[in-house]
Parts: sequence; C-alpha cells; structure tokens
Amino acid sequence: MSARVFISRDSGALCVGADEVALALFKAAETRGLDVTIVRTGSRGMYWLEPTIEVERPEGRIGYGSVKPGDIDSLLDAGMLEGGKHHLSLGLVEDIPFFKKQTRLTFARVGIIDPRSLEDYKAHGGYKGLDKALAVGPEAIVEEVVNSGLRGRGGAGFPTGIKWRTVAQTPPQQKYIVCNADEGDSGTFADRMIMEGDPLVLIEGMTIAGIAVGATYGYVYIRSEYPQAIEAMEIAINRAREGGMLGANVAGSKYTFDIEVRVGAGAYVCGEETSLLESLEGKRGEVRAKPPLPAHVGLFGKPTVINNVLSLATVPIIMSEGATYYRDFGMGRSRGTMPIQLAGNIQHGGLFETAFGMSLGELVDEIGGGTRTGRPMRAVQVGGPLGAYFPRSLFDTPFDYEAFTAADGLIGHGGIVVFDDTVNMGRQARFAMEFCAIESCGKCTPCRIGSARGVELVDKIMADEDRAKNITVLEDLCNTMKFGSLCALGGFTPYPVMSALTHFPEDFGASPKRLAAAE
Amino acid sequence: MPKYESWDVERASTIIAAHKDQDGAALPILHALQHAFGCIPEAAIPMVAEALNLSRAEIYGTVTFYHDFRNEPPGRRVLKLCRAESCQAAGGDALAARAEEKLGVKFGETTADARVTLEAVYCLGLCHSSPAALLDHDRVYGMLDEVKLDALLKEAQA
Repeated sequence: MSARVFISRDSGALCVGADEVALALFKAAETRGLDVTIVRTGSRGMYWLEPTIEVERPEGRIGYGSVKPGDIDSLLDAGMLEGGKHHLSLGLVEDIPFFKKQTRLTFARVGIIDPRSLEDYKAHGGYKGLDKALAVGPEAIVEEVVNSGLRGRGGAGFPTGIKWRTVAQTPPQQKYIVCNADEGDSGTFADRMIMEGDPLVLIEGMTIAGIAVGATYGYVYIRSEYPQAIEAMEIAINRAREGGMLGANVAGSKYTFDIEVRVGAGAYVCGEETSLLESLEGKRGEVRAKPPLPAHVGLFGKPTVINNVLSLATVPIIMSEGATYYRDFGMGRSRGTMPIQLAGNIQHGGLFETAFGMSLGELVDEIGGGTRTGRPMRAVQVGGPLGAYFPRSLFDTPFDYEAFTAADGLIGHGGIVVFDDTVNMGRQARFAMEFCAIESCGKCTPCRIGSARGVELVDKIMADEDRAKNITVLEDLCNTMKFGSLCALGGFTPYPVMSALTHFPEDFGASPKRLAAAE
Repeated sequence: MPKYESWDVERASTIIAAHKDQDGAALPILHALQHAFGCIPEAAIPMVAEALNLSRAEIYGTVTFYHDFRNEPPGRRVLKLCRAESCQAAGGDALAARAEEKLGVKFGETTADARVTLEAVYCLGLCHSSPAALLDHDRVYGMLDEVKLDALLKEAQA
C-alpha cells in the first residue's frame, strides 16, 4: 500500500528548507524501496514547525516537525510512514493547540489540499459556493454578501457587499473584478498563503463576484516580491480553465468569466486601490482622488469591484454555508473571522484565523507564545507599517475594527508584529516617516513633503534639539498628514509615529533610559 | 542564476510586439524587457512609447516610478534583504549591517567583481520566519541568523 505524505510548498516552508526535506524523503524512499506519494500542499500556518511532514493515517494526519533533511533516515527507521513515534512527532496535526483553537473558514483547505489540483479542491467542498451562486442569481448573491457583514479585509474595512451592489447597479457594460494581491504590509502573509495554498478559492470568489455584478474579466494584481504566489495562481487559473471553470460558459452556465495575473513592480503604494488601478493601466502608480469611486469609474474607466484576496476568498464559504452562518461569528460590527498573522520577534509565528473579539494580549502571549528571544515584550505594531504601536497596557483591546479605532489604531490587514524590550521606539517612529518618504507616490503634498520633514523632526527630537517645540511641530505635521493626504499612506503614517510618541515618550529624548536598561 | 542578453533592437521589438496588444501593456512589456536584458535599456523607452502610442516622457515616468526597474543590469546574483518592521524586530538590522560589511558594499550597490547586488526589500511576506531574504528571482530564506546569513552570502558570491 502506498503511503501518502504531505509536505508544504508554501514559500514560508521553502524558506526553511521544505524542498530539501521533500527531496531527501523522495531519495530515501527510493533507496529503501518504499512506496511513498509526496503531495505538496500549502502551509497550515504553524511556521515554527516547518518544514513539517504529515502522514495520512486512518485517525488523521500525523505530523513531524521541524524536519531537517538529515532527520529523514531516523524518521523512516522510527516508522514514520505508519505514524511511529519520533522526537519530532507532533501527534495529530489538527490537535496541536495553535491549530485546534482556530475557526478556519477562509483558510479551511489551506495546508490540506494540493493547490494545483482542481479535483482535490472540489473533493474538499470547492465550487459549492459557485453552485449556490448560479442557483440563486446575481441579485441574491449581492444580498447574501451584504447580509454576511463581510468587510474589506485589505485594511479599510468597507462592507464588501455594498461595493458589489454599487457596481451591480451601474448600466450593463464592460466591468471588471480586480483582486488586490499587493500585500505589502510588513507582518502580513495571509494573501500569500491563500494564493499558494488554495488559489482556486480566490478564483471561485472572483467568479462569483463577476456573476454578481455583471463583469466578465478579472485581474489578480500580485506583487513581484511573491514569485511562488504568482506561479501558483497562474497554474490554478490554467487548471480552472481546463476544467471549464473559467472562460465561456463557466461550469456549464450562461456566464463568461476569465482571469489574468498581473505582476507589480515593487511599489508599496500600489496596494492602495486607485494606485493599483493606475498601475494595471500601465501608468505610474499615483493615487486618484475620490470620487469618482472605482465602483463607478474604475479600471480603464469602467465600473470595477476591487477587493482584497481575503475578502474574495471568503465569498465561497458565505455562499455555500449562508450569510447567517458567517455573520454568527464575531462581535459588534466586525462579523465573521479574521485571519490574524503573528510576526516579528515571536515564538509561534504564523496564521491564526479566529472570530473577531479575542484580545491582543491573548493573541501575542498565549497563542503566539511570547517573544522568540525570551525577553519581555515591549510593543506590538498592528496593521502593518501604517498601524499603531501598542504598549502592554493596551493588550486588553479586543481584535475588532471599532475597538482598534477607539484605541487610535487599526487592524488593517490583520498583521501583528512583536518587538521585545531592545526596541527603540524613536527609531521606529523615524522609520515610519522614512518608509512613507520612500514609498510616497508624490501626488499629494502632505505625504510627499510631510514625510521628509517628519524624518528631520524625529531626528531633531532624538538629538534633543528644541525638543518640546519640535514635538509640537511633529504633532501638528501628523495632523496635517492625517487629514490632508489623498490616501492611507500619508493619512495613516501618523498612527505609528503618534502612538510611539504617546506610549513611549521616554524613547524620544536625550536619555533613552529604557534602552540603557535593556542593554 | 539569471543570465542576461546584451542589447539587441530586434529582440526588443519582438518582446514589445508579444505584449503590446494587452490592455495596460506597459508593465508586462517592461517586466519582459528587464527579464531579457537585466534592466530597461534607455534605447527601449522610445520603442515602448511608439508601440503603445504614448510619449517617451510617459514611459520614462512609469519606468522610474517603480523600484523594480533598473537602468543598468545588476550583478550576477541579486540578494534582497528584508528591512521592514517584522525583520527589524527579529534582529534584521544587525544582519543587514553584517551583509554590507562582508560584501563591502552599501544597499543598492554591486560588488566590485560584479558578483552580487545587495538590495533592501520591504517585506517578502515571510514575517512569521523573520529575518528573511530573497536570492535572485525566487529563492527564499527565512529564520536568518549570522551563520545562515554567512552561508547565504557565500552562496551569492560563489
């Protein structure tokens, strides 16, 4: 009997040697004359255990991690293929607390299926959402998505269904579905995991969106820093086309829908939706003033739905299980689940999908297991380079759009970056301004000039040059950027700067006491 | 390891022609040109402009807007170290300084023997395993420490 073994091909597994492990296992099996089928999957998101080998057994998948190529012989000697005990044994993968505590809706199949197989996707519930969508028709799809309470997972949190309704109500003409896969926020990798681990769910979500609003063509705009995701999406699109799930008469219906991958070119600002549309049109990625909204005048001047990967990838389960099922998870106006990404100086780095409402402290201390260095945690940045820094005193903040806004922060795309007590928050504030200066598209003055002046101001404050006066000027500058910038780049850069200044004032003076104490 | 072609007008015309009928063709064309030549040669800019019925200034503006596009080919290997927050939190700044010192170049520069170009990148989406790096187009590295970085630098210089 052939043993089925699963090893991730997710770049998060490749970056710690998953290919080398797979090759070593393949060679060892050949030498020993063992009948082993190696299936390359996405990642479960428990990256500190990668590369993980999972073995299919009647009781479930038994895991071994983190495996090095040199461990293969001892693993096979220990009877790994029959689930035998070894010092790398993890037991049943789905019983690992980090995994067991999750509610996996968007990520239901990631790490389980072969992302390059349409059959495997369908065997695990794939395309049930599309079946339902085809059965109920465009108007009911839009209503279902509105009722689910799904909000844009890219960061802005705008209700997805409302965007769709706006595009659906425009007169029939060429319309587009654009998937924003320009995941540039440090601390985030959920979009990448979907594209590498379950790309067909994104294709299904985009197809449903196309049917709902009357669009026949979609683009997935992926950043060039994601080579594995680009390849995985292209392969999956071809599989879907070959299987009749893209192109004319999608799944045998009257609808036409096709998708193309476009690759970005290293501009962070292109994650902003209007800048992304400019880039897709082949121009400089400069932000557009709104209105008009992309829903009315979007790509090539046509009505366009532009959604984040996670928003679109969540649509299939909303359709197959119903809006009520989805909206019953969560709290307040934050419905459903959020794929939270734990990153930086953290013991258990990875993806944790859970209903909204868990506290920040629970996430980083209990789920994340504290810092990797073992030193005290001093600050966490939530929501990427434009998100606020939180001190321990705010760790009781529940993970929810409104609660984070109330705490002068944002959840953004759900990334949490952990820093230990060696961090200098003055330097982090300077970096936020510096990053904004590097990445500014240059269209609006508050962002273009403000960020450059911001770097200088932080430098002066750190050098104790007219400290009190310059702090006032920095606060004023942040206010101008926040309310005067065209998009979130200039508009949100004040979050990390002001939160660092507010919560860690001791790092902005001539005597950084904390730093001295930490050393 | 990528190998680049030397400038050839006909080759450039073929590349441009293969992509020019796509909607919003500029980025696909520029990526394809850079893939072939290692950069966007200055002579290619008027050719792209003409093919897309745009001005040279518009294409020049597009090329210079994006960090990815180069005006001269990089070294034999391109090593991108992530300098974003997650990697900073995990000791990335010290590794970045070490890489500069060992290679004898600053970020954005190529070693004198033209073997390695060292560049900063702002996030590779490997933040669960920071610090991270990318070698050439698609070789990813995570959980870097001094030992792993030194091995990576050695590989890049080989």
